Parts: sequence; structure tokens; C-alpha cells
Amino acid sequence: MPNRYKSFFDKFTNFAFVIPALVLFCIFNIYTFLDLFCLSFLKWDGLVGGASQFMGLKNYWAVFQDGIWWSSVWHAILITFLALTLQNLLALLLALCVDKIIRGQTVYKVIFFLPPVLSGIVVGLIWDWIFNGDYGLLNHWLTLLHLDQITRAWLADPLTAIYAVAFIHMWKGFGWGFVILLAGLQNIDMELYEASEMDGASWWSKSRYITIPLMIPIFVIVSILTILGTMQIYDLIVSTTRGGPGYHTEVPITRILHSMHGMQNYGYAAAQGIVFGIILLIVSLGQIHFSKKFKQD
Amino acid sequence: MLSRNNRDHFLTRVGVHLFLICVSVVCVFPLLWMISCSLKTQETIFNDWDLWPSQFHFQNYIEAWKGGNFGVYFLNSVFYTVMVIIGIVFFSSMAAYAFSRLEFRGKNFLFYLFIGTMMIPIPGAFVAIYVVINKLGLMHDVWGYILPQINGGLPFAIFMLKTFFDKMPKELEDSARMDGCNKWQIYWHVALPLAKSAIAVIVIFNALSVWNEYLLAKLILSDNLMPLQVGLLKFQGERITEYPQLMAGMTITMVPIIIVYLLMQKYIIKGITAGAIKG
Repeated sequence: MPNRYKSFFDKFTNFAFVIPALVLFCIFNIYTFLDLFCLSFLKWDGLVGGASQFMGLKNYWAVFQDGIWWSSVWHAILITFLALTLQNLLALLLALCVDKIIRGQTVYKVIFFLPPVLSGIVVGLIWDWIFNGDYGLLNHWLTLLHLDQITRAWLADPLTAIYAVAFIHMWKGFGWGFVILLAGLQNIDMELYEASEMDGASWWSKSRYITIPLMIPIFVIVSILTILGTMQIYDLIVSTTRGGPGYHTEVPITRILHSMHGMQNYGYAAAQGIVFGIILLIVSLGQIHFSKKFKQD
Repeated sequence: MLSRNNRDHFLTRVGVHLFLICVSVVCVFPLLWMISCSLKTQETIFNDWDLWPSQFHFQNYIEAWKGGNFGVYFLNSVFYTVMVIIGIVFFSSMAAYAFSRLEFRGKNFLFYLFIGTMMIPIPGAFVAIYVVINKLGLMHDVWGYILPQINGGLPFAIFMLKTFFDKMPKELEDSARMDGCNKWQIYWHVALPLAKSAIAVIVIFNALSVWNEYLLAKLILSDNLMPLQVGLLKFQGERITEYPQLMAGMTITMVPIIIVYLLMQKYIIKGITAGAIKG
């Protein structure tokens, strides 16, 4: 009997190591997930103890009919598309360049990864100041170049606001792709290249049969990180345009926050969050599926 | 033939460096411009277009620190960063040690549950976190801000440390056990000190993300508890015309990050590549 008791005690002390992590996990992951799910069927103003009303699927139905919501999703998709193409192309180009050079690799790595370590708020405020319509450095330079006719308040003009935000986002983000792609390139076994050179392989066939196939998993990782990071863009928006002018730079997170604190409608905010989560999941899975197909061909 | 080849090679190399230098300038210039503007006066900031200010008005920093309240925000940010990191390091290392070395029921299930949540993004989670914090009575409380962030850092840290502990030689623990150490002592005196390099990566990554966090702080904390990121936007909203002081506040926010980054850049870049390529 004492032996059995001892073994139980032993197992329990083993388990005790994970208790702190598990408690937090249950509160902030499992409970919040279930709570979010339940909330999405209710109408509730966020006051603890306040009345809530069961809505069924009405919140979801309202999300589907909410034009501003879908335009905010569209804005996030637009910025994501630009980041996936322009930003990652730049990252790849830089990685290929830095991979080739011998001296200064570390210096370039440190510099290119500087914007990603800064906060979205600080980065947004810096560029807000540079893009300022009245006192901004960009307009000053354009005036010096006699391009007065295109000067404008870049972040307040409906024509340019979303692209200015996308530019800032890409400026902040390309270092991620660069560092990961460079590591991928440097991970490729040099012997593969040497062997193919002995067989007289051209630059193109080396790229086609060695570099590209080995880099595909890395491209997938970079793409998924880009998608997840860009779709959830928020800090840059709140420190530059705050969704304006009008609704021109609204993104899903700003809309969810508006439902919470603007409309006091937590059920609706939860439904938006879940719909948005599903969109992200579909996009990520689609990306993985697409790249697997590409790999087989 | 050879010399011509060499010359072409030289020219490509120069071209490559020129391109890389251009991009570097685009990366660094905005930051220098911010620092430069933080040293101009309320009058010169609107018409002094030189990167090197005509005179250095360090007064802005003193005013921002005191009058702009950035001193308070700074200490708040330091406090949150330290507390979250302490929580993450201890909770994750204990859990990772147990997942790697100790036996208990449901071990694998729990481990994959932790790691699984790392992969699935729940973009609306802050709605529910806000509600839960409210229900727990932790609204406008430092713990309401610290605990969710500890939780947020755990999966990655547990994953990293478990991989590390899995590779750690068993003999070290065996000999400690012979010397009469119990498992808490082995964890504390043997495993934890050995994991220093993995812990360094965890500390740096989480320090960056806590220092830069905005949304949760905005939702949960009240005025005098705000960290720097929220303080910056509050300052900008209330004193829109005081650009030099705002720039000084931004520089105060950025400097610790830059120092940590420059000192630890090796770990940071290693951490990303290890995380991305192996994970």
C-alpha cells in the first residue's frame, strides 16, 4: 500500500511540472476559444452580468451582409497580395545577392532585419511623418525635383492611402523573408552544385533541378508567414490612417475592434473573428495544397 | 581571356554591393530622420530639411520623459517585459522538462495540444481574452496584461526547450540522481543551466514581442499603467503639433530594442532560421 501511494505521488509530482503552463493554457486558449465560439451566437454588450440574448446564426448572417467588413477583408487581401509578390521578390533577390558575396554578409543581415524588430507603432509614426502632406520629407523631395503636381497627403488621399500603408508594411516586413530565404539557400549542399558543374550543367539547369526544388518548402513557409502576418495587420493602421480616409484602409482587426468598442456588440465581434479565422485557415491550406501540387509537377 | 572574366566578375560584385547598399540606405534612413527630427525645435522641424540638425535641441528628450510621461511608460514597459519573460522561462522550462524526461498520463496528448495551438491562428482571440480578463476581474490590472502574454509565449518556448532537453545526455542526470538529487533539483541545477543558449533565444524573442505589443495593452490597461507603444499614440492624439517631442518619445521607445538587437543579433537570426526551417 505505501508503495502504491508512493508511485501515485511520484506521478503526480511529474505532472506538477506542467501545471502552471496548463492552467494558463486552459484559461487563455481552451476557455477563450470556446467562449469566442459561444459568444458568436449571442448579442451581448460586454458588461459582466449584463443580459445576453441568443441570436442563433444571425450574427454570422450579418457578417456576410456587412459591406464594410468585406471591403476591409479585401484591403487586407490586397496588401497581402502586394507583400507576397513585391516584398518576397525583393527578399529573394536580396537573399540571392547576399548569398553570392563573401564580405559583409552579417552587416547586410543586421541592417535588413532592423525594420522587423521595431514596433509597428514606431514604424507607422515614422512613415506618417515622412508621408505627411504639409511637412513631410517625401513631398519636400518631390518639390525639389519639380514634381509638385504629384505631392499629396499620401496617407490621407483615398487614391494612395492603401498603397502607402502597403509600402510601409513591406518596408517593415521584407527582412523576415530575406533572412529565412538566405538560410534556405545556404542550407543547400554545395556538393550538389559541384557535381552538376562537373556534368556541365548550365546556370538554368542548376536552378531548375537543384535550387528551386530544394527551396520550395522554404517558399511555402515564407508565404504562409507573409499571409498570416499581413492579413492580421493592425498596428501600422492604427498609427497611420486609423482606417481612413473614410473606410479606405479599414482591415479586419480594426473592424472587429469597432464592433467591440464602437458598437458594444461582442457577439458580432466574435462572429467576425471566427469568420476571419476560417478565411485565414482556408488561405493557408490552399497555399500548402497549391505548393505540393507544384512540387509534384 | 582570364583578365576579362575577372573584370566582369569584379563589375558584377560592385553592382551587387551597390544594390545592397541602396536597400540598406532605405532601411536605415527613416530611423536617422526620426532621430534627427527629435533634436530639432518646434520651429525648425518644419523647415530644416537637413539630416544633420542645425542645432541639437536635447531639451525635447527631457520634456518628453517628464512632461510627455514617457518616463512612466518606459518603466511600465520594462516591468511588463521582465515579468512576462520570467513567467515564460520558468513555466515553459518546467513543462518542457516534464515532456522530455518525466512520465505521466496524457503526456503526448498534452504536448501536441500545446504545439497545435501554435500553428492555428485565432485572429479574434483578443475579443475573448478581453472578456475573460473582465470576468476574472483583472481589467486595468497589470496581471490582466501579463498573464495572457506569458501564455502567448509558452508554445514556442516549450517546443524549443523540449527539443533541447531531448538531446541532452542522460548521464548528467543519472549522476546527479546518484548524488541524491530529486527531480526538482535535477531540473533546477542540471537541466536549466545547460539550456542557457535556448533560453537566450526565448528571452530575446519574447522581449521584442512584449516591448512592441500594442493591441492587448490598449484593451486592458488604463492610463497610468500604459506601456510605451500605447503612450506614443496617446501623446500623438493629444499633442498633435509637438512633433519634436513625439520623435523623442519614439526614439526612447526604439533605443532599447536596437541595443538588444545589436548585442543579440546572432541569436535572433539563428532563432528565426531554426524556427522556420526546422519547424
